[in-house]
Amino acid sequence: MSFETVIGLEVHVELKTNSKIFCGCSTEFGAPPNTHTCPVCLGHPGVLPVLNKQAVDFAMKASMALNCDINRLTKFDRKNYFYPDNPKAYQISQFDKPVGENGWIEIEVNGEKKKIGITRLHLEEDAGKLTHAEGEGYSLVDYNRVGTPLVEIVSEPDIRSPEEAYAYLEKLKAIMQYTEVSDCKMEEGSLRCDANVSLRPKGQKEFGTKTELKNLNSFTHVQKGLEYEEKRQEKDLLNGVKILQETRRWDDAGKKTILMRVKEGSDDYRYFPEPDLENLYINDEWIERVRESIPELPDARQKRYIKKLGLPEYDAKVLTQQKAMSDFFEEGLELDGPPKQLSNWLMGEVSAYLNQNGKEITEVPLTPDGLVKMIQLIEKGTISSKIAKKVFKELIEKGGDPEKIVKDKGLVQISDEGEIRQMVVKTLDENPQSVDDYKNGKDKAIGFLVGQIMKASKGKANPQVVNKLLVEEIKQR
Amino acid sequence: MELFDHTLSDLHELLHKQEVTVTDLVKESFKRIKEVDDKVGAFLLLNEENAMAQAKKLDEQLSEGKADPSEILFGLPVGIKDNMMTLGMKTTAASQILDNFEPVYNATAVEKLIDANTITVGKLNMDEFAMGSSNENSSYKLCRNPWDLSRVPGGSSGGSAAAVASGQVPFTLGSDTGGSIREPAAFCGVVGLKPTYGRVSRYGLIAFASSLDQIGPITRTVEDNAYVMQKIAGHDHRDSTSVDKPVPDYLKALTGDIKGMKIGVPKEFLAAGVEDGVKARIKEALAKLEELGATCEEVSLPHSKYALPAYYILSSSEASANLARFDGIRYGVRKEENELLQTYKKTRSEGFGDEVKRRIMLGTFALSSGYYDAYYTKAQKVRTLVKEDFEDLFLQYDVLIGPTTPTVPFKIGENVEDPLTMYVNDILTNLMNLAGVPAISVPCGQADGLPVGLQIIGKHFDEETVYKVAHAFEQATDHHKMKPEL
Repeated sequence: MSFETVIGLEVHVELKTNSKIFCGCSTEFGAPPNTHTCPVCLGHPGVLPVLNKQAVDFAMKASMALNCDINRLTKFDRKNYFYPDNPKAYQISQFDKPVGENGWIEIEVNGEKKKIGITRLHLEEDAGKLTHAEGEGYSLVDYNRVGTPLVEIVSEPDIRSPEEAYAYLEKLKAIMQYTEVSDCKMEEGSLRCDANVSLRPKGQKEFGTKTELKNLNSFTHVQKGLEYEEKRQEKDLLNGVKILQETRRWDDAGKKTILMRVKEGSDDYRYFPEPDLENLYINDEWIERVRESIPELPDARQKRYIKKLGLPEYDAKVLTQQKAMSDFFEEGLELDGPPKQLSNWLMGEVSAYLNQNGKEITEVPLTPDGLVKMIQLIEKGTISSKIAKKVFKELIEKGGDPEKIVKDKGLVQISDEGEIRQMVVKTLDENPQSVDDYKNGKDKAIGFLVGQIMKASKGKANPQVVNKLLVEEIKQR
Repeated sequence: MELFDHTLSDLHELLHKQEVTVTDLVKESFKRIKEVDDKVGAFLLLNEENAMAQAKKLDEQLSEGKADPSEILFGLPVGIKDNMMTLGMKTTAASQILDNFEPVYNATAVEKLIDANTITVGKLNMDEFAMGSSNENSSYKLCRNPWDLSRVPGGSSGGSAAAVASGQVPFTLGSDTGGSIREPAAFCGVVGLKPTYGRVSRYGLIAFASSLDQIGPITRTVEDNAYVMQKIAGHDHRDSTSVDKPVPDYLKALTGDIKGMKIGVPKEFLAAGVEDGVKARIKEALAKLEELGATCEEVSLPHSKYALPAYYILSSSEASANLARFDGIRYGVRKEENELLQTYKKTRSEGFGDEVKRRIMLGTFALSSGYYDAYYTKAQKVRTLVKEDFEDLFLQYDVLIGPTTPTVPFKIGENVEDPLTMYVNDILTNLMNLAGVPAISVPCGQADGLPVGLQIIGKHFDEETVYKVAHAFEQATDHHKMKPEL
């Protein structure tokens, strides 16, 4: 029997407002514990929430970018549960009137495009952060994070493979970054993902029993966790073992999912309307104001790169995946950088360097200006592409002006025929055997000779001129 | 004549004529507290040292001519119900779970009084977390009715009403969720206003039922009440449910002229269950108002019979969430156990009293999956209908009038065994919290030697008319001049 995988994702994204959703405390990441707190976010007696309008703007912006309908009447509800990270013992969230509903995003896997439905996007407050002192019998709580505005984005169970889940997350992250509502840094917890996965026999309409995956700290973990879960469930189903409704966590060291708890029925959070906040009515004017603030999104950019710049589809897709990369490219274009060369450098050397060093493009000294100037030096023939690699290394590690680097390091390409001819003659004189070999039909010998000349010139000789003169000189021997 | 037999404006005048000092007033307050509060039990905490120091400072300001003569409340002693945050004074809501709780900020209403240079002499007794109608649910001590120490002062703002009635302070702040200002005001023979929902900031008031709670003044006279209200009313950006509407000059409404005014008398308010003595006083009051030129007509609030259960479902539901934060983790009294869940259980089982636990359970049940629609949703529908009943009547009538309570103050211990009988004490007051309309209780005489309160109900944000009628009635009678002997 063959099975179909059904996946739904719940993604929490922290909004990068300056202050928290219901008080004036800063949302800055990484401050000393419990320094960004006040009576309101600490849930002291008598305090009341005051809604941060920017959080609503951001939630609307994210909703629209995900093609959601905006609810004209939206409201907040209390979700009740006891836990030390939840100071009021209820979280202010949205139950039946989320900001956005019925959206979708388009993903592409193996060249096939597909729409994934978005059930809802709602606004809520984040909880504090617990650190369990292992074996010490206590836990520490940091309330800096409590009250940071979050949106929870729930997908329809439209995802059919772990690859699709990965592509969905990549696209979702890109859209959140393009709209500038969130940094989406998984390592800082500003993007978090839970996955629901179930299997059903191909052709069956009813969903199978699902398990929920937690502790997914990267998109790769999401994919790996789902792949593992797919296999585990398939094996159990084929062996006639019943799938239980479980919460499991991904253990990256063991490369497997581990049972956390079996769910019996659903948790009762006793939602009810938050009496401390008024219903929020969103009018056309407000919607339009937010809509106008939405920039060009990745799909639109991708199309423009293909149609207007003539980039290959692959380039356009890779370049637009991350806003920072795409913005770098855009700035390069504005400085009259040639699109294809810019794209080649960004997808090649730049990406390789960033991957190797685990950095973002915004975290290195390389600027669009530097890269464009370097490409222009290559085009003018001032430096060879080989030398360019040296210049690039300097630029990405230390920054600076490519022309100055070339000058200071004496990297200017030698194209002077007289100078190069001298080197050629000298090399031929020193390697008579290779000259003979070449004349006897061993074409490889020419490569060796070129190498020797380049070495003698410390890589600065213009390879085209070297080739031309070498052939001329050999003929005369 | 005692010092606090004077109205607030008289005290103000005495201060500015330098016939008394602020120190005299504060001393008078503490003297009186020492004389009678052993018997009455109105105060949970006294702030004597700070109050005296502050009085000295204000006296200097006064003698240097730096006191704003238009600030009527300058230098006057006040008592604050112990469910409002007071910086530097422990705030417990009369609960053991907050026995050690030191607030880190002032409630907005408290802050406004401080800005007016009033002097807080102490924190007042109440039913634990404002849940009760007799003040018998205080976890600290009994509060007694100054008119008869064997009887309850009403609740939950029992201390706030008893302190004013026994002359310990000239005015206090109380809070009203289902009658908690008006009922004790009626039982103690003083004036208590529950303002329109949204008129006074709730910031810093320990929430019982967020959609029903309002802070209001308790005073000897209607004019005093208006002066205090003038100070505490208004929009607060820290309370999203406070309404951004200009505060009218309440004192200007106190003209004594109610000629041509149309008064509706809901027949449900004088139905069975209301004691004859109470009915008689209300009928006399209505006759007095007609004498003053108003017309009274019998009207009906058809959905009032559903209000009591709806009130208890909604208020308990909200309370179950509002009181969940008292878990002993960040503040308050913690009863440490080995496991988190056990710590929660022990802290809350030992920290809360029976009535509080009863309401938390009631509210938790009403909000539970499978019961929510039958209880919470239905109660919200009743609330809408009750509100519409009032709106319909206010198309034709300026105010509605009835008794504040169905009975005179009952004996301490009389109703404690039966929570339902206790809940019925709210039957004439909680409708106004459901509807959000303002209502005042003013003394209208006695039955069996005990005070009876007349309740005057107004339109949303029309405290002016409520005050106008209350003031006209008060000035045409001598009920407010009666004092208990202690």
